[in-house]
Amino acid sequence: MSLSGSSSGSTSTTAPSGGPSNRTSPRRGVPPDGFDPAKALRRNQHRYGERVSFVLLAGSAGLTVAVTIGIFLSLLFPAIDFFREVDVLDFLGGDRWAPTFADASFGVLPLITGTLWTTALGLAIAVPFGLGAAVFLSEYAGERTRKVLKPVLELLAGIPSVVYGYFALYFVAPNILRDVLHIGVGTFSVLAAGLVLGIMIIPTVASLSEDALSAVPQALRQGSYALGSNKMRTTLRVVFPAAISGITASIVLALSRAVGETMIVALAAGTRARVVSSPTMEGQTMTGFIAQTATGESSPGTLGYNTLFAVGLLLFAITLGFNLVAAAVVRRYREAY
Amino acid sequence: MTTTAPSSTSTATRLRTARHGNRSLASVVFLVALWFALAFSVLCLTVLLVDAFLDGMTRLDANLFTRYTSRIQPEAAGARAAILGSAMVIALTALLAIPLGVAAGVYLEEFADPRRWYNKLIEVNLTNLAAVPAIVYGMLTAGLALAIDLPRRVVLSGAIALALLILPVIIIATREAMRAVPREIRDGSLALGATPLQTVWRQTLPSAIPGIATGAILALSRALGEAAPLLLLGGLVFVTYDPNGLMSGFTTLPIQIFNWAQQPQEEFRQAASAAIIVMLVLLLAMNAVAILIRNRYQKRW
Repeated sequence: MSLSGSSSGSTSTTAPSGGPSNRTSPRRGVPPDGFDPAKALRRNQHRYGERVSFVLLAGSAGLTVAVTIGIFLSLLFPAIDFFREVDVLDFLGGDRWAPTFADASFGVLPLITGTLWTTALGLAIAVPFGLGAAVFLSEYAGERTRKVLKPVLELLAGIPSVVYGYFALYFVAPNILRDVLHIGVGTFSVLAAGLVLGIMIIPTVASLSEDALSAVPQALRQGSYALGSNKMRTTLRVVFPAAISGITASIVLALSRAVGETMIVALAAGTRARVVSSPTMEGQTMTGFIAQTATGESSPGTLGYNTLFAVGLLLFAITLGFNLVAAAVVRRYREAY
Repeated sequence: MTTTAPSSTSTATRLRTARHGNRSLASVVFLVALWFALAFSVLCLTVLLVDAFLDGMTRLDANLFTRYTSRIQPEAAGARAAILGSAMVIALTALLAIPLGVAAGVYLEEFADPRRWYNKLIEVNLTNLAAVPAIVYGMLTAGLALAIDLPRRVVLSGAIALALLILPVIIIATREAMRAVPREIRDGSLALGATPLQTVWRQTLPSAIPGIATGAILALSRALGEAAPLLLLGGLVFVTYDPNGLMSGFTTLPIQIFNWAQQPQEEFRQAASAAIIVMLVLLLAMNAVAILIRNRYQKRW
């Protein structure tokens, strides 16, 4: 960057003009006698400390790449061991997940259907409510309303997922779903887990979409008004399409969060892994299985332990795919105003 | 003028009541729907907080802070080990993650040439890392612990897992804080003969500290509430002693809550909600400190 460029300039500077005459003056801030500015400046040329510090800083940044590689390797090695014993096609195509049974079966489809249901339900809540909140905050709310409501969304985002899990298990399932809505759910259901998951990711959709909507220049809105559109039409036909890349990215990121969310589904979705065909059923997700099995005893090297990492690798691959899609959408369709 | 006035008001009235005016039925329904979307979020937050508070109020006593969890006495189970464990793990997480995160953020913002492929790689990687599921960081730590022969169930492993989890958050916060420092400060410092590193250390970084502190506290509050990566370290649920060092076994508040919430007894459920109240109060306090720092010390350039 230009900073390093200007540094080479400063090290090669020779004695400043008027230095000698200043040195004899008794004013404050002037170096004492015997101080040679030229010498002091030349000392900069051999700043090994500077070099070392720079390498340390760059190393810390490089560490983030090492983390990704580490994630990949730590998932890959146990997963390879797993796939030595279990066929990849049996894993991906099988519809019976019973890793601890005597006649063990490692078909991951039940876990995937569980994840699909909770994710779909979560998005069904988070996308409309998150977008509605974003549009309201960006287009309709006054400065004071925004000041009050934005922290509420931030607070909602800051609540730990285990608290949402408790909320799903002990409030939403028995009180809302069973008593108020009279839906026949048991203690555990993907419905309760998915709905609360949706509440949890509302802030993700809302805050990222709001950023995208606020970035749309005022001139577009004014142009629309000048052509006679009302506020709703302007919002839906002009502002919304202009911000669609940011909005899409926010939804894909929310999707990736929903797939990877653990504590809610571990508490509220249930522990029985089977193909989920209805939202009132109990079901296990990929993350739910990992959380459930990890809390039990499983020592490294065993098939049970390797199973965790095989599922973890699948989970990582899915979320990585979504994250890359989100990044690509932003890069490709971003309108630079 | 007086002759045109009536006609202009009638036009205005006609416009205001037109089918596409801001008070048309569709517009009003749209606005109500938007209001409802936001009100729903606020309602959920309120219900969640009130529900946790009502459930846990009866158990919010000294027992919660002074006693350990118990299998035989669910009515007297306390979260002492979890509270101390959380404090210890979070402190260590801060020690690990903040220096690394700030250093990486400083490098990326002040020194990295964005056109170089390796810096591009770091950028792309960083946005990816920030969106990796928390539980995967637990698997990374389990693998790492196995590789370097570190016990999985100790404070140090837990802190490593949480530090890796919040590292991207701290890096991003550092970068934003550094970016807010105006160019003139750097140019002035360099013009006076400071080296780039001196400029960062004496000018840019001190100016960015309020922003970094705010971001770091928010990241730590996320680490405080996170349970998923720690589950992968195995066990951790039934701890009846104080953590007393890096290599000591531990449990944390969210894990204790998770464990209690899974128990069938009503008493454990109440203990879980009491622990939730404690955790939420801690989180709120951390957030308040972060906001205070932001409002009080942040420079407006």
